[in-house]
Amino acid sequence: MTYLLHSAISVESLLAEVQGPERGGTCVFLGTVRSDDDVTAIEYSAYDDMALAEITRMLDEAQVRWPDARVTLRHRLGLIPVGEASIAIAAAAPHRDEAFAACRYVIEEVKKRLPIWKKELRGDGSAKWVEVHDH
Amino acid sequence: MGKVSVRFFARYAELAGCTWSAVNVATPATVADVIARVREVFPGTQAPPPRPLAALNQRQVRLDAAVSDGDEVALLPPLAGG
Repeated sequence: MTYLLHSAISVESLLAEVQGPERGGTCVFLGTVRSDDDVTAIEYSAYDDMALAEITRMLDEAQVRWPDARVTLRHRLGLIPVGEASIAIAAAAPHRDEAFAACRYVIEEVKKRLPIWKKELRGDGSAKWVEVHDH
Repeated sequence: MGKVSVRFFARYAELAGCTWSAVNVATPATVADVIARVREVFPGTQAPPPRPLAALNQRQVRLDAAVSDGDEVALLPPLAGG
């Protein structure tokens, strides 16, 4: 499974992976690039092998916690303009509580564990690595 | 004696001026020993902090984790995924 992409994320393809007739609640989280402080785009880079291993582990953990749910994600890498998604998570479950919980679990684990970094590019041509957990 | 690969990412790669190096360390050794050895051998790698987040064979570990010949240690800047 390719969880890391260098092109725009298709939410429809994520939905197709998780939805099913026995799962009546679907939750989608999208993280998009903000225009804070004259940011025009963010360059994302990753420790690819470890990121893929961590994503597999966190999705497996979600499966154990919510056995009836299906959860998947995509993280985009490379240059992402303001307004476009850097991450998408889709969770489907028989009922909404599990779908919301599983989706929330995965995005919080992403923030804590995924070896991915971002460099903000600004309108004045400057660039800055983001290294504080304020996002 | 063991040979350990060391990888640098994002800002640490810019600071170190490289994305990869390898060092020989006397075993038994820890991740902290590997980082200290890298900082001795490759002057550019002194720029990242001496006690960074680190991964051993693609899992985040404490700096006192034991390393073996052929292992891969990575110095990780503060994580910013999502």
